[in-house]
Amino acid sequence: MLRVSDLSISIGSPDNYIDIVSSVSFEIGRGEILGLVGESGCGKSMTSLAVMGLLAKGGPWVRTGRAELSGFDVIHAEPYERVEAGHGGIAMIFQEPMSSLNPVMTIGEQIEEAINVHQRVTGSRQNLTARDYLEMVRIADAAMQINAYPHQLSGGMRQRVMIAIALACQPQVLIADEPTTALDVTVQAQILSLLRELCDTLGLSILFITHDLGVVAQLVDRVAVMYAGRVVETAAVDRVFDAAAHPYTAALMSCLPDPAHRVRRLVTIPGQAAKPGQITKGCAFAPRCAYAVDICREDPLPYAMLADNHRALCLFPRGVVR
Amino acid sequence: MIEQPLLDVRGLSTDYTAKRGGKTVRVQAVKDVSFTLAKREVLGIVGESGCGKTSVGRSIIRLAKPHRGEVIFSGKDIFTTGGDALKQLRLKIRMVFQDPFASLNPRRSIGDSIAETGDIHGLFASKAERHRQVQQALSNVGLDGSFAARYPHELSGGQRQRVGIARAILPAPDVVIADEAVSALDVSVQAQVLNLLADLRESMGLSMIFISHDLGVVGQISDRVAVMYMGRIVETAPTASIIEQPIHPYTRTLMAARPKPDPRIRIKAGIEIGEPPSQFERPAGCPYAKRCPLVTTICTTDDPALRTIAPGRLVACHNV
Ligand SMILES: Nc1ncnc2c1ncn2[C@@H]1O[C@H](COP(=O)(O)OP(=O)(O)OP(=O)(O)O)[C@@H](O)[C@H]1O
Ligand SMILES: Nc1ncnc2c1ncn2[C@@H]1O[C@H](COP(=O)(O)OP(=O)(O)OP(=O)(O)O)[C@@H](O)[C@H]1O
Ligand SMILES: [Mg+2]
Ligand SMILES: [Mg+2]
Repeated sequence: MLRVSDLSISIGSPDNYIDIVSSVSFEIGRGEILGLVGESGCGKSMTSLAVMGLLAKGGPWVRTGRAELSGFDVIHAEPYERVEAGHGGIAMIFQEPMSSLNPVMTIGEQIEEAINVHQRVTGSRQNLTARDYLEMVRIADAAMQINAYPHQLSGGMRQRVMIAIALACQPQVLIADEPTTALDVTVQAQILSLLRELCDTLGLSILFITHDLGVVAQLVDRVAVMYAGRVVETAAVDRVFDAAAHPYTAALMSCLPDPAHRVRRLVTIPGQAAKPGQITKGCAFAPRCAYAVDICREDPLPYAMLADNHRALCLFPRGVVR
Repeated sequence: MIEQPLLDVRGLSTDYTAKRGGKTVRVQAVKDVSFTLAKREVLGIVGESGCGKTSVGRSIIRLAKPHRGEVIFSGKDIFTTGGDALKQLRLKIRMVFQDPFASLNPRRSIGDSIAETGDIHGLFASKAERHRQVQQALSNVGLDGSFAARYPHELSGGQRQRVGIARAILPAPDVVIADEAVSALDVSVQAQVLNLLADLRESMGLSMIFISHDLGVVGQISDRVAVMYMGRIVETAPTASIIEQPIHPYTRTLMAARPKPDPRIRIKAGIEIGEPPSQFERPAGCPYAKRCPLVTTICTTDDPALRTIAPGRLVACHNV
């Protein structure tokens, strides 16, 4: 459905640039949910904004790569070209609701706008209304709340409004950037269940960015792990939990606190993430990696192909007998 | 001798009135909430989205106007404080806001934002001292010193969230109200920030009200937890008890719904847990009655009061 290949996003000028995302590739099949996880600042949101064609002028820019939706390049086409080719079908739930909702429009108007755009693009009429979408995301008193402005809602209600707007676009692909961080676990369970249902029944494909490893385990089919702008591991979800191959993935998993035991100090990955452009040779995780040896600091680094569609950007993947 | 609590919230009620399509409606966001916070104590607040957690925090720092109740801080009533005392109060009780982007000025550099309160209150002895403190604040939350010169839009979501924390703790406050303050951080960086907060609590006696949907995080950082439902506290207990033996039916549902990091337990399509409660029309009786598995007739007529059922454990339920 969605195929991203060799995507690099840079800051600076074309002849003096620094990559903040480098050579990222992944695929999401029809009806599939791909989880994207990784350290804060590793490039997850930038990757999704680039795929949406939403990088602002004057900021980070796409240096290399493509993102194809059913074979059509969504990054380099103008929005109207996409629409004419019949590929409007990609919607995004942004990480921070307040900065992407319109403060002077009611939430009902904002959902209707999405419905109208979808109808114009596809030429088909939707029989769902703004109120239906609000009910879908479990907003109480939906008939009255369509008249509310974003600032009159709680953080989690705003987040659900964003989800409603994205769903009202009836997309083929949904990019969800931490869509449930402001939701309690019971409401979250209902939203995740709704997304799963849309994948199973309508074949929706989702790129699901999250830090919540519980959500990853419950919801996603495959996982891509990013570190310092690169995808360092991709695998089916159970392999990521049971047989993490990249030392970063393994270290991340080991930071999960055990709910039954309160500890005085929580486990962290020692050291700090590399600054963009700081490490140009070898593995970006090497300075923090417990297993790194000299050749890890030399380039270039190949992907190790492991079993079952499992690959890791590491010379010495964990659990692999050498 | 009973030690006086640092913060004493008594009978706090906050309403919002708003227009919804011509009609004026009232939301009882916070209803008769009372709790205390001791020095060095961390109180976790959890509850359904929209139940009034942020409103409790905003009422305490006087960003929302409660219509009833008092908040006593170090023996003084916050709501009658004015002038210089109020300015001092703003240094002593700091809030980390739920939406970091919306709370940072887009035209001010990260360094200036972090130093802002210090500048206003003349906390820095010199320019060099200001620089040193800003750099220290950034490194405390795992950010490189070069971030001081950047602007909010040049940061990732989790980086902005950490700036919010750095900004709140720079003036060495007595109380931090952290509203979903670590929700955008990966487990490793999150652990680093939680360790930092634990250190501050040890070293300067920091107290916290820690609002979060992440029950794992709440379990690690809080001494006590208060569970809210529709504007009210329905249960408070020491952290371990609430996680191991939740008593209120809502708390039990909440604890059971926690996603476990085990890929063999998968979410299914079609989960239903009943209609979300109306924000505008409070039912007579217990607000949870409509969804409650233990409901009896008294629940639909009488709103249960919080009562002590064991030392340090309070529950608002007729049937437990
Ligand atoms: N305009 C910009 N100029 C310079 N660097 C930038 C700019 N915008 C983003 N960055 C940097 O690019 C990196 C990737 O940012 P991105 O928002 O994609 O991170 P992320 O993986 O989504 O992190 P988080 O989990 O914290 O949201 C970050 O380190 C950020 O500081
Ligand atoms: N400015 C406002 N005007 C009108 N209603 C408001 C306003 N702010 C909040 N509310 C309402 O008050 C109730 C409580 O909101 P609050 O933000 O305190 O919830 P919360 O517990 O923090 O939820 P979340 O977990 O989703 O952030 C909600 O029903 C919300 O719609
Ligand atoms: Mg992000
Ligand atoms: Mg809130």
